[in-house]
Amino acid sequence: MISFGLTEEQEVVREAMREFAVDIFREAARDADEESALPADVLNTVWELGLTSTQLPESVGGGGEARSPITNAIILEELAFGDPAMAIAATAPSLFAFAINDFGTDDQKQAHLPRFCGDKFAAATVAVAEPSPVFDVANLQTTAQAKGDGFVLSGRKHFVVLGDRAEQFLVLARTEQATGTGLDAIDAFIVPRDAAGLTISEVEKNLGMKALPTVALTLEQVELPAEARLGGSDGIDGARLIAQMRTASAALRVGVSRAVKEYAIPYAKDRHAFGEAIAQKQAIAFTLSDMEIEVNSMRWLTWKAAAALESLEDATQPALFASTYTARECMKIADNGLQVLGGHGFIREHPVELWYRAARTLTVLDAVAAV
Amino acid sequence: MIDFNLSDNDKKMLDYVRTEALVARKYARYYDENEAEFPPEALDEADDYPGAWSMMAGRTSEDSGQSVIGMLITMAENWGDYSVRMRKGRGVGLGNAALGASGTEEQRTKWGGLLLSMAITEPGCGSDPSLVQTTAVLDEETNEWVLNGEKIFVTTGCRSDGVVMWATLDRSAGRAGIKSFLVEKGAPGFQVSHKEKKLGIRADDTATYVFTDCRIPRENLLGGKEEIPKAGSGGFRGVMKTFNMTRPMTAAFGLGMSKASLDFTREQLEGAGIDLSYGADVHGLSAAAAKFQSLEALQEAAELTVLHAAYLSDQGEPNNLEASISKAKGGSAVRTITQGCIELLGPMGASREHLLEKWFRDVRITDIYEGTGQIQNLIIARTILEYDRSQLS
Ligand SMILES: Cc1cc2nc3c(=O)[nH]c(=O)nc-3n(C[C@H](O)[C@H](O)[C@H](O)COP(=O)(O)OP(=O)(O)OC[C@H]3O[C@@H](n4cnc5c(N)ncnc54)[C@H](O)[C@@H]3O)c2cc1C
Repeated sequence: MISFGLTEEQEVVREAMREFAVDIFREAARDADEESALPADVLNTVWELGLTSTQLPESVGGGGEARSPITNAIILEELAFGDPAMAIAATAPSLFAFAINDFGTDDQKQAHLPRFCGDKFAAATVAVAEPSPVFDVANLQTTAQAKGDGFVLSGRKHFVVLGDRAEQFLVLARTEQATGTGLDAIDAFIVPRDAAGLTISEVEKNLGMKALPTVALTLEQVELPAEARLGGSDGIDGARLIAQMRTASAALRVGVSRAVKEYAIPYAKDRHAFGEAIAQKQAIAFTLSDMEIEVNSMRWLTWKAAAALESLEDATQPALFASTYTARECMKIADNGLQVLGGHGFIREHPVELWYRAARTLTVLDAVAAV
Repeated sequence: MIDFNLSDNDKKMLDYVRTEALVARKYARYYDENEAEFPPEALDEADDYPGAWSMMAGRTSEDSGQSVIGMLITMAENWGDYSVRMRKGRGVGLGNAALGASGTEEQRTKWGGLLLSMAITEPGCGSDPSLVQTTAVLDEETNEWVLNGEKIFVTTGCRSDGVVMWATLDRSAGRAGIKSFLVEKGAPGFQVSHKEKKLGIRADDTATYVFTDCRIPRENLLGGKEEIPKAGSGGFRGVMKTFNMTRPMTAAFGLGMSKASLDFTREQLEGAGIDLSYGADVHGLSAAAAKFQSLEALQEAAELTVLHAAYLSDQGEPNNLEASISKAKGGSAVRTITQGCIELLGPMGASREHLLEKWFRDVRITDIYEGTGQIQNLIIARTILEYDRSQLS
C-alpha cells in the first residue's frame, strides 16, 4: 500500500530533532565553521539523544528498537537542517555501529557494540572514499589480500569523518574472497586506530562543513586477523551497505536544501527593490517555488529508498536514484539560494554561503552517514 | 506508516491494466496518422477486459487508496497509449471531475454517466480564467440560462455527451461572477464549430464550441448557487477545487508516456550492448548510462509527487499545493525525459518507425493544459510566500 504517512512515533521524533537541530546545531554552526572545529561538548549533548544506541539490540545494552532506515532518514534530514557538519559528526558512530549490527557475526557484535551503548560519545567511523578523480565505490582500489587466516590491507582513503578521534575504522576494500563484481565485491574490515601500517593524516582542510573533522588514511600492508573481516567468512552485503549510505546522504541533502529554502523565503519577502519585495518578482518567486518542488521530490525519493531498505528489499536502484537526484538538486538549490540573497549571499554574515560550500561537499560524498 | 510497496491486489490490477494498454498501443500509430478519424469506443480485442475501474470493488485496507491507485492506473493506461483513456461511457472526462467537485448530489446522479468535457478557455483567455467573456443570463420567464460566447481547445469536445463550461453572470464582478454550467449536446444554440489539428495527442479530439443564445434549464448551474459571492469570499476557490485531482491526473497522463519512452529507450540501449545496471557511481558509468539513469530518477521523482498529492486526497487532507507541485514537476519532467530519450537514441529516436517520437509530441501538452507550468509555479509561490493575487501575479 502506498503511504506517505509517518507513524505517531516518527512524528514525535521529527519534532524533537527539528527543535534540537535548530537550537543546538544552527546556533553554533557559524562559529564552528569559522573555527574549523566542533563546538565543545556538542557530541556528548547529541549522544544523550541515543541516536545510535536506541536501535542496537538489548543483548549488547542497546534500546532494542527495530532498525528503521525510514526513521533514520527523517532524523538525518532534520539534523542537517540545523547543520550538516554537526549532523554528520553526531551520527558517525552509527555508520560504524549499524554496519556491525547489520552485517557482523555474533562475536563481532558482542565485541564492538556495547561501547556504543554507554553514556559517553563513542567515536568510530567508516572509510570509503579514495583520493582519485574517478572514484567509484563499485570499483575500490583498496585491496585485502588473504594471508594465512587473516588479511593484508593496502590502499588510501580520505574524507574519513571523525577520523581524528575514531577508535576504530571500518575500511571498505575488495578481497579475492568476495564473489561477484561491483558492489557485491565490497568487503569491510575492522581496523583499530593503532594497527601497524595505518597512517592517519592531520585533519583535512575542506571546502565545506569545515567544522567536521575528516582525515586521510594510508594503509600499508596492514595485517589483520580473520575476525577483522565483517560478517566473517560470509562477508557483507556490499550493495546494501552502500544503499544505506547513499540514502543517508540523500536525507542530509534534503535537510540542507530545506534550510536554504526556508532562509531564502522570508529574506525575499523582506528585501525590497523597485517598489516591491523581491519575492513579488517572478524571477525570484519561481526560483523559490522550484525549491519547494524539488525539496518535495528529493524527500520522496529518499523515503522510497529508505522504505526499500526497511522492508529488506534490494535497495540499490532506489538508493542510487535518491543519491544522484538529491546531489544535483541540492547543489542547484544552494546555488539559487545564494543568488536570491544577492551580494549578501556572498557575505559570511548569512548562512547561505556556508550551505553553498556544504552543498558542494555533501553532494560529492556518498558515504558520510547511514540510515 | 511510510510504504511504497504495492499490495497484491494493486499489482494484479496494474498488471491487468498494462496488458490491456498494450492492446491500445497497437492502434497508437494509426490514429496519430489519421487524425480525422476517431478511435473506436471499444476495441474488439479488449472485449474480454472488464475495465480496471470495475475492479475497484473488493479492495481492502491493505491496498492503496482510491486516488493513489487511480493515478497508478492512469499512468499504466497512458503507458500503452494516450487514446485508450478516451474510451467512452466511463465518466472520466475532465468535466466529470468538475461535476464531482462542484455538482450537487442530484446533479452528480443525473449526469455522472455522461462523458463530459470541460470548457474554460476562450480565444482571449487561457491562463487567466477570470477574463472569461462568455455570458450567462437568466431568463426568469422560462427558467432558463441563456449562454453566449466561444470556447476553444475543448478536450474530447467532439465526442463528449455534454460539457461543463464557465460563463460569467456579471463581467464587472471578475472571478466572483463566474459559474459552471452543464450543457448537453443538442441544446439549442450550442454548436461544435471546429476540430483542431495538433502536434500530438491526435487521437484525442480538441474542439471549438460556439454558444449563440444557447438555452439550458435553470437547474444546470452546477452547485445551484445563483448569487454572486462578495469579492474575496472564496467562491472562485470552489470552482478551482476541481483541479486538486485533475492536476495530478494530468501529470499522470504524461508520466505514463514518458515511462513508455524510458522502457523503449532502455530496450534499445541494452540491445546495443550498453550496460545500464545499477550500482556504480557516475564515474563507473558510460555517458549514455549516466544520462539514462538520471532520466529514470527524474521519472521516479515526478511520479512520487503525483502519488503524494493523491495520497493526501485519500486522507481527506488539503492538497492544493501538492497538486500544483505534481503538475509542475510532471509537466517539466516529461519534456526533459522524452527529449532526452531521443537524444540518447539519436536519429533512430526521431524516426516515425517507432513510437518514441510520438510520445515526445504527445507529452508536450502536459505542461500546458490544466494550467501551464508557470501558472503552477505561481500557485506554489503564492502558497509558500503567503501572498495573494494582488501581491504576485
Ligand atoms: C490540446 C489542448 C487541450 C486543451 N484542453 C482544454 C480543455 O479541455 N478545456 C479548457 O478549458 N482548456 C483546454 N485547453 C486550454 C489550455 O488550458 C490553455 O491553452 C492553457 O491554460 C494556456 O492558456 P493559453 O493557451 O491562452 O496561453 P496564455 O495564457 O496566453 O499563456 C501564454 C504563455 O504565457 C504564460 N503566462 C501566462 N500568464 C502568466 C503569468 N501570470 N505569469 C507567468 N507566465 C504567464 C503561460 O505560462 C504561457 O507560457 C487545452 C489546450 C490544448 C492545447
